[in-house]
Amino acid sequence: MLDDTDRRILRQYQHAPALSAAALAERAGVTAATCARRLSALKDAGVLQGNHAVIDWPALGYTVEVSLRITLDKAAPRAFDTFVEKARDIPEVIEIQTFLGRVDVRLSVISKDMADYQRLYRDAILTLPHIADIEALMHVARIKTDETLPL
Amino acid sequence: MTATDPIELDTIDRRLLVALSQDATQSAGSLARQLGLSQPATWRRIKRLHESGAIKGQRLALDQERLGFGVTVFLGLKLATKGRVSLQDFERAVMAIPEVQTVEHVLGLYDYRLRVVARDIADFERVLRRRIMTLPGVGDVEANVLLSEERRPGPIG
Repeated sequence: MLDDTDRRILRQYQHAPALSAAALAERAGVTAATCARRLSALKDAGVLQGNHAVIDWPALGYTVEVSLRITLDKAAPRAFDTFVEKARDIPEVIEIQTFLGRVDVRLSVISKDMADYQRLYRDAILTLPHIADIEALMHVARIKTDETLPL
Repeated sequence: MTATDPIELDTIDRRLLVALSQDATQSAGSLARQLGLSQPATWRRIKRLHESGAIKGQRLALDQERLGFGVTVFLGLKLATKGRVSLQDFERAVMAIPEVQTVEHVLGLYDYRLRVVARDIADFERVLRRRIMTLPGVGDVEANVLLSEERRPGPIG
């Protein structure tokens, strides 16, 4: 189980994942040795699963981001699995989420411009299997993006 | 060069980006060995990826459930009184809710898309009633409970 020290380290670390080990230990108010030991235990336990660089897609020229909310034809056997397998083959799909609710699957897709998006939508997305309905939300701005937990 | 010119990446930059998006804690030395480069050259490239803005930051992946957050819900949210309520007021209020992880302004069926974490469904109901439904100008809200999530490498692999 996690104790207050683990939570304190994770709270600091998730707000500044690029911190050096020494700086993180200092912020969390523990010694460098304790900090390293706790982080390694959290990794082994599978609580800390990774530390990932976040790519700025608009900076690389992918200025269009669209959220596609998809309802699947659930009468088809293995509709979810086959849909997700095929969606993984599209490089412009950067996120795949499945839901319980009115929407079954959501794909986050990026494109260089609207013409590029149109091509992607017609050639790659609409040919995915078992789509019953599809709705698009165009991203205008990200207001808040720190996916931190209120630990 | 204008602000809209995309950053140009060569094959090695792309491989570095893929490697760092899988694990940002890898040392320049270990990346250099993987890519068959010298350590100083790798270090310079990593620095450039950060400075040019190709990498905008780092993100921890945590097992939310083990940390006590068993439920993630995405909310599609429409403002009821567009034009009258100020977007800034809404945005300021929604950003201050600790359970709201992301806020995206979107065009389409909804105006905003929120990612909300909660301890369980009862806790989510509390957040929804006390915090979300009381936001200035909030109208229709649609909730979808996240079952699984997968982040893909994107078009650089």
